[in-house]
Amino acid sequence: MSIDGICISLPKEYLGLKVQLMCDSLPKLLLGIPLTIELVAISLSIGFVLAMCIALMRISGSRLLNIVSRSYVFYFRGTPLLVQIFLIYYGLAQFDLIKESFLWPFFREAYWCGILALTLNTGAYTAEIIRGGLQSVPHGQIESARSMGMSGILLYRRVILPIAFRQALPAYGNEMILMVKGTSLVSTITLMEITGIARHIIAKYWTPVEIFLIAGIIYLFINYLVTRIVRYAENRYTPYLQTNE
Amino acid sequence: MEFIHLLSLGDQGWGDEMLRATMVTIMVSISAMCIGLFVSIFGTIAKLSKNRLIRAIGNTYTTVVRGIPELLVIYLLYFGFNNAVMSIANSLFGYNQYIELPVFLIAALAVGIISGAYSTEVIRGAFLVVPRGQIEAAKSVGMNKFLVFYRVLIPQVLRYALPGLGNVWQLTLKDTALIMVTGLVEIMRQAHIASGSTYSPFTFYMSAAILYLVLTTASSMALNSAENWANKGVKREKA
Repeated sequence: MSIDGICISLPKEYLGLKVQLMCDSLPKLLLGIPLTIELVAISLSIGFVLAMCIALMRISGSRLLNIVSRSYVFYFRGTPLLVQIFLIYYGLAQFDLIKESFLWPFFREAYWCGILALTLNTGAYTAEIIRGGLQSVPHGQIESARSMGMSGILLYRRVILPIAFRQALPAYGNEMILMVKGTSLVSTITLMEITGIARHIIAKYWTPVEIFLIAGIIYLFINYLVTRIVRYAENRYTPYLQTNE
Repeated sequence: MEFIHLLSLGDQGWGDEMLRATMVTIMVSISAMCIGLFVSIFGTIAKLSKNRLIRAIGNTYTTVVRGIPELLVIYLLYFGFNNAVMSIANSLFGYNQYIELPVFLIAALAVGIISGAYSTEVIRGAFLVVPRGQIEAAKSVGMNKFLVFYRVLIPQVLRYALPGLGNVWQLTLKDTALIMVTGLVEIMRQAHIASGSTYSPFTFYMSAAILYLVLTTASSMALNSAENWANKGVKREKA
């Protein structure tokens, strides 16, 4: 039976909600999932690399690098994501310098502005998570690795990074969920991801509660999958810390 | 130096409007935080309840609210409250005109419900940290339920929950930016209006960002001293 068939078999209204319309709009809203996932995946991956650099700058010992990374994290954690998105998408167009430069084709697109804002935002939060992970590595472990003759990259690759990643995994899972939720804000700059499509449908039929409910359930489902994946990774990398629930 | 002119106080510039909007942001955040704390009392009781159904309700509340984008929660409550009030008015009094609830109230309630879900998790966590032995000891010296709660649980729960609640406050403060979609003139909405009529979006969104930075920095300072106050009398390990 096609989805249309199922929708017609439903009652038109239930508990004051237009059930048929909800059912009809589900496939349209599902079409927004690829863009949402794409935004999350791209910004999380670039953001992670960025965060690595920021975290390393923070512990590098250089005063200048330390100040740069501190102010970056301070700015992006201290302001709402919405301001960051608007500042890049609407704000940069104020400057003729940018409008005439080779960067304009990039900043003109809501898509790239959205990705840039999300990336910079997650970069700041992830940098703090990584820093916390790095600082949680017991000093004795580093000393014993050094006494075995490890140093530099080898020390990081074999001892510090594995311990830090395991420590940081739960917090990073939360950050992933925050990012999934964060992508809904780029609907304000015309991107048609799940929330954008929802707003589009609502503009047509004026049934905000119904459509946003369905959209909310889709987000809930995505976030459920994310928590499952993180849980799996935690079980895999820190089996000795897991309790069997 | 055009931006000084744009941000000046008085009729010519937008400075005073931005400051007034900042007050609105602060008021909404404080109201939302209070609503959230009030909600979280029930949330915590529900989540720690022995009754399965009540526990399920508590868990659903925190999971759903924390798993859905804040923007959607605000949209849902904004339209949902209005629709609910209208249908109640219609069925009880036969009143079928359009009713619009005060935006401030809806905004504070919407952000408060979000903030409450996070506060619930923090306070529940803090309750679980208090050693069971202390509660048993308090009972064994003859304290009743209220005294145990008031003298043993509350002082410790507050101390354990304070850093977490501080984070919730910062989240709440930043979430209020999203209520611009309801039309309430807080910092973001004001910046949006001002940049629309002056064609200088960067100036105004940047001032909005700076205002938020001032608010978050000031509150993190205040929270630090609150933590020190709550922890006086507790020996702390040097980090």
